[in-house]
Amino acid sequence: MKAGGALLEAEGLVRRYAMRRGLLGRAVEVRAVDGVSLKLERGRTLGLVGESGCGKSTTGRLVLGMETPDAGRVSFDGAVMPQPGSAAWRAMRARMQMVFQDPLGALDRRLPIATQVGEPLEIHGIGARSERAARVETLLRAVGLRSDQGARYPHELSGGQRQRAVLARALATDPALLVCDEPISALDVSIQAQVMNLLVDLQEQFGTAMLFVSHDLRAVRQVSHRVAVMYLGRIVEEGEPDGVLHEPAHPYSRALVSAIPHPGRAGQRIVLQGDPPNPADRPSGCAFHPRCPVATSLCARETPALKARPDGRLVACHVAHGEVSAGQGHARQEAA
Amino acid sequence: MMPLVRLTGLSVAFDGAPALRGIDLSVAKGEAVGLVGESGCGKSVTWLAALGLLPAKARITGSVMLDGQELIGAPAPVLERVRGGRIAMIFQDPSSSLNPVHRIGKQIMEALGLHRGMTGSNARAEAKRLLDLVGIPDAGRRLDAYPHELSGGQNQRVMIAIALAGQPELLVADEPTTALDVTIQAQILELLQSIRRQMGMALVLISHDLGVIAEACERVAVMYAGRIVEEAPVAQLFDAAAHPYTQGLIGALPPMDGPRRRLAAIPGGVPEPWAMPPGCGFAPRCQFRSAPCDAAIPGLMGLSDQHRAACIRVAPAAMPLERIPA
Ligand SMILES: Nc1ncnc2c1ncn2[C@@H]1O[C@H](COP(=O)(O)OP(=O)(O)OP(=O)(O)O)[C@@H](O)[C@H]1O
Ligand SMILES: Nc1ncnc2c1ncn2[C@@H]1O[C@H](COP(=O)(O)OP(=O)(O)O)[C@@H](O)[C@H]1O
Ligand code: SF4
Ligand code: SF4
Ligand SMILES: [Mg+2]
Ligand SMILES: [Mg+2]
Repeated sequence: MKAGGALLEAEGLVRRYAMRRGLLGRAVEVRAVDGVSLKLERGRTLGLVGESGCGKSTTGRLVLGMETPDAGRVSFDGAVMPQPGSAAWRAMRARMQMVFQDPLGALDRRLPIATQVGEPLEIHGIGARSERAARVETLLRAVGLRSDQGARYPHELSGGQRQRAVLARALATDPALLVCDEPISALDVSIQAQVMNLLVDLQEQFGTAMLFVSHDLRAVRQVSHRVAVMYLGRIVEEGEPDGVLHEPAHPYSRALVSAIPHPGRAGQRIVLQGDPPNPADRPSGCAFHPRCPVATSLCARETPALKARPDGRLVACHVAHGEVSAGQGHARQEAA
Repeated sequence: MMPLVRLTGLSVAFDGAPALRGIDLSVAKGEAVGLVGESGCGKSVTWLAALGLLPAKARITGSVMLDGQELIGAPAPVLERVRGGRIAMIFQDPSSSLNPVHRIGKQIMEALGLHRGMTGSNARAEAKRLLDLVGIPDAGRRLDAYPHELSGGQNQRVMIAIALAGQPELLVADEPTTALDVTIQAQILELLQSIRRQMGMALVLISHDLGVIAEACERVAVMYAGRIVEEAPVAQLFDAAAHPYTQGLIGALPPMDGPRRRLAAIPGGVPEPWAMPPGCGFAPRCQFRSAPCDAAIPGLMGLSDQHRAACIRVAPAAMPLERIPA
């Protein structure tokens, strides 16, 4: 293992899907991920936020090599990701694991929890049979489950306990990277807090790097060292969570932050006009321009590149970079 | 002032397992009340029971008074007039909502016919006005659209238009924004506020998100395991939550600024309906639990005029709710 440097590096990832509208409809191309680059350091967490359909989960699958990108490359621990399905890939997969939103769906209803937590050890042939039971017990304890709960079936556990079981299983192979795709979205508020605390504890204990996918900026701040905001398949802003949350530079991040429900906030928020974006019908230029309150005519023509401001914050916006002064928004321009 | 709706001792059991265990709650004319609590605590069942929408196997006791009229046990025609008429409900379950094979205009006009006897071009004009009101652009043409031709946020607006068709005095919105993205959630919350102002309608907003409720409501009731455990004006609840569960809910929200600390997570999970603790339902998760907590179910006690909480640690000398002069 190389010391220092990034554990995970993705460059220019593109993923297209063909989507057919209706039975006879022509297939249209959906660019789910449209040129995403990201870097994740060992033992750190990168939060990925954005509205549903913006390509967060697809990005997660691409960096794990569960899908092959149409363009771009992923390297893990300094080596290029092997072809999905190959033996080299399977060996590497033990070192990176995924945790999904729905813990019940991720678990097999017919098997006790402990069996499922031990499964990756068997699949990857880790440890002797006798050692595995002890390892499972340790894992259950690490995520805050009692060993008698290991004998239970998924439906006999609460939502939070199930997500703990999923985490224990993901940690079984001692992965260097954990991709958590909306791991708390399906849980109650009080349980969400338990799982967020657990993720932070586990990172401290095992030094696992995490890609934390969420649509909840507050949760992302709680667990991440950096945050990337996605819109229609691209990263539009990236920086320190507090910087992005307190002083968002991209107009979309600003709207996202101001949409966080918060006591005493009513009345001061930016309410975006228009519908959530449709990746099958990507607007020209800056994809956010139809909803952007400060869009200018340039925005509909030219796609802004993601680049650093003097303070290091990455932003993809003509106005934020001072290339043009703030406009009146696309909708008002059209009406005028 | 007489409340518009008053629930008293409302209880529901399914197959012998209690889901609601005595709900007392009033909603005044024009007031916005939020209902929060963990999944399964009975938020939806409360209003499904009040409107006679639970399956026959549900055992319902207690009282729901609408402007002096008892709804529990009321004959079906009475309930049918109330539902969608004086009280409208937007449901949590999206599949039970819009009919995918009918144009949205037709679905709004149906509600107009049912509750206001409107037909033909009158109904169509009113349907268009309602679509305008809920902020659907190009309303005249959108009347002929099918639900799948609209986005999730637009369909939620259509649901609200249908709910408004009967000019309700109370709108019960069950998690109206949970399935939506945050930027669309912000649009719908703003819409609900502006409609309430325009129509003087009361609102009961059910949500698991205290932030959403804080924004849209004047008063909050916090539910836990089939009971209301705290009730207060929004600002008081955030400044001075009295019940350990409410304190836990507020503490569990990740802060937006300040140093990153461990969240004050509430340990454990909710009790199963068939294994309710004998006393306070929150006791197994409560850090302040003591012997008296298990002896009897604590009732709601008044801390001040409008602030009540059901916990033995709360102002033990305060008068029980029943004896507070109206
Ligand atoms: N038709 C039914 N048959 C049996 N049990 C039911 C039925 N409907 C609801 N329950 C039970 O009643 C309790 C309260 O349910 P309710 O739907 O009111 O919860 P809720 O507070 O709205 O939760 P959520 O936040 O998940 O919507 C739960 O334990 C639930 O499983
Ligand atoms: N296997 C697939 N086939 C076709 N379209 C897909 C597939 N996976 C994702 N998409 C589309 O790609 C876009 C991004 O999806 P996704 O990455 O799941 O978004 P997010 O996780 O941010 O909600 C969406 O429009 C989605 O419908
Ligand atoms: S100002 Fe222009 S470039 Fe910047 S977000 Fe708005 S539309 Fe995009
Ligand atoms: S009554 Fe007892 S157990 Fe219940 S909330 Fe109060 S202190 Fe906790
Ligand atoms: Mg996703
Ligand atoms: Mg519900």
